[in-house]
Amino acid sequence: MIGSTPSFYPNLVKGGSFLKPNTVNISSNSTIKNTRRTLKNLFYSKKIAPYVFVFPFILIFCGFYLYPVITTIIMSFYDILPGQTKFVGLENYKRLFNPTFYKALYNTSIYTLWTIVILIPIPLLFAVILNSKIMKGKTFFRACLFIPALTSTIVAGVIFRLLFSESETAFANSFIMFFGLDPITWRQSGPAIMFLMVSLATWRWMGVNMIYFLTGLQNIPKEMYEAAEIDGANMINKFWHITIPFLKPVTVYVLTITLFAGYKMFEEAYVFWEVNSPGNISLTLVGYLYKEGFQYNQLGYGSAIGVSLLIIVAILGFIQLQLTGTFRKKGGN
Amino acid sequence: MTNKRKSKWGKAILFFIMLIPAFIAVFPLAALLLASFKPSTELMRFGLNVYPQFELWSLDNYIYLFTDGNIYFHWFKNSLIISLFSTILALIFSSMVGYSLAMYRFRGQNVILFLVLLIMMIPFEIMMLPLFRMMIELGAVNTYTGVILPMIVHPLTIFFFRQFALGLPDDLMDAARIDGCSEYGIFARIMVPLMKPAYGAMGILLALFSWNNFLWPLVVLRTKEMLTLPIGLAGLLTPYGNNYDILIAGSVLTVLPIIILFIFAQKYFISSLTAGAIKG
Repeated sequence: MIGSTPSFYPNLVKGGSFLKPNTVNISSNSTIKNTRRTLKNLFYSKKIAPYVFVFPFILIFCGFYLYPVITTIIMSFYDILPGQTKFVGLENYKRLFNPTFYKALYNTSIYTLWTIVILIPIPLLFAVILNSKIMKGKTFFRACLFIPALTSTIVAGVIFRLLFSESETAFANSFIMFFGLDPITWRQSGPAIMFLMVSLATWRWMGVNMIYFLTGLQNIPKEMYEAAEIDGANMINKFWHITIPFLKPVTVYVLTITLFAGYKMFEEAYVFWEVNSPGNISLTLVGYLYKEGFQYNQLGYGSAIGVSLLIIVAILGFIQLQLTGTFRKKGGN
Repeated sequence: MTNKRKSKWGKAILFFIMLIPAFIAVFPLAALLLASFKPSTELMRFGLNVYPQFELWSLDNYIYLFTDGNIYFHWFKNSLIISLFSTILALIFSSMVGYSLAMYRFRGQNVILFLVLLIMMIPFEIMMLPLFRMMIELGAVNTYTGVILPMIVHPLTIFFFRQFALGLPDDLMDAARIDGCSEYGIFARIMVPLMKPAYGAMGILLALFSWNNFLWPLVVLRTKEMLTLPIGLAGLLTPYGNNYDILIAGSVLTVLPIIILFIFAQKYFISSLTAGAIKG
């Protein structure tokens, strides 16, 4: 009944109420009324409706995305002080060549690298285990691993700070002392703080990435494995030649979000030292932006940090897409 | 026979392998819960450990939180209001965009799709400085509006709604048009009810995101009474540990509602978080 589209009312279907015959009224003061009615009809027409739906989005996009991005770029060429703004050209960008920026860039890159190295293969392994036919208690394990993702980084950080506190009786130190090692002042040294930040991210994201991979695994047709078994493939063969190629889209997705989240990292560092750590051992790019922009009021310089972050992310995203794109071509043949 | 025995061993090994990450995942939260029953002075002096020490147990931290720690419930209220409004507004606006991208053919459609993609690629963090200056000019610093405004367009949600709406029948729209329903009526009366599962999944994702959101509220909110939970709690992390009672009990009460919700609606949580991966 619904499906049989009525050829009986072609006009209505095509044009909606727009084509409804207006009650024609040729009195003098009705022109305004008429235009108002046309406007109203126009508003209700099928052609205008989608624009009405997207209008709030366009408004917010221009106000809260487009305008700030353009302003950031412009601000990065200015020296901005209360009451006066001075064009300084590339001066802010020249200032970027300093040890603090290098340190922030280094910390951020190392952090991102670690999260990629850990948060792709290990969740993949867990997903494969959970997806295997003989596994028991899948829902339970999935739920357990997912729970950390529900906590905010701050609450997770509170727990980590207390577990890894400097006292010898805190969990982490008593654990390593059990193995005869010396207690560590976790927050004080570069490698230890990096370990803490990466662990925090790992703890929170392991389950989410595992679920991404699980979704990918469940989309692999079972017949593929059955066919491979008939051809005498063993488990490792099946993993390399079926599982890995089929998981490629999911892996690319996980890689992309991990890369982006890594370079935008702020909270994992903030919970340990806010933005002022000794020797900047936990300073990240966003942390540096926050510090310069909001604490020292260096709006121009802060913007230059932001723009360079944008450029770095764009370049890395491009490289990553190129690399994974070429892989896809190979895999397709 | 041997095969069966082999798989039995395999089953046990896999089970025990998975117990390790499951334990690591749950352990810190259990430790937090345990610590919330111990005196905060103990915690400050000795750090968090796993000895139960039942003789030290009391509800003092919680009692303090409910009696003298009034500030905590300010934060709780702020978090609740901000999460509620930003989720509802983001759902309304994002579903409108996603729906119109899926159901209509119009000029500029691809441009809008491209803009949505572009927002996904631009880190929000880089626009904070000009956005903050804008908020000063709008008088929105230290207000809920200031926190909520930039959050009401959420690209992933738009994508999800577009994907969902693509699976809905167009015939229904035509039938409704014949019955004299306006385009907006079709959306509000027919399509919104049909998109309920999408609203559920995305509602959870958005609510979780704004409940835990940190950086932007940290920039916008200025006075102690206006802070949200994560920012308030982060401020208590002083080396002196004088506020650890609120910090610990407060952290438990921040996570607990979400975990309880998760236990009852696990499927929705998981489908909402994987929304991006399927079509990604």
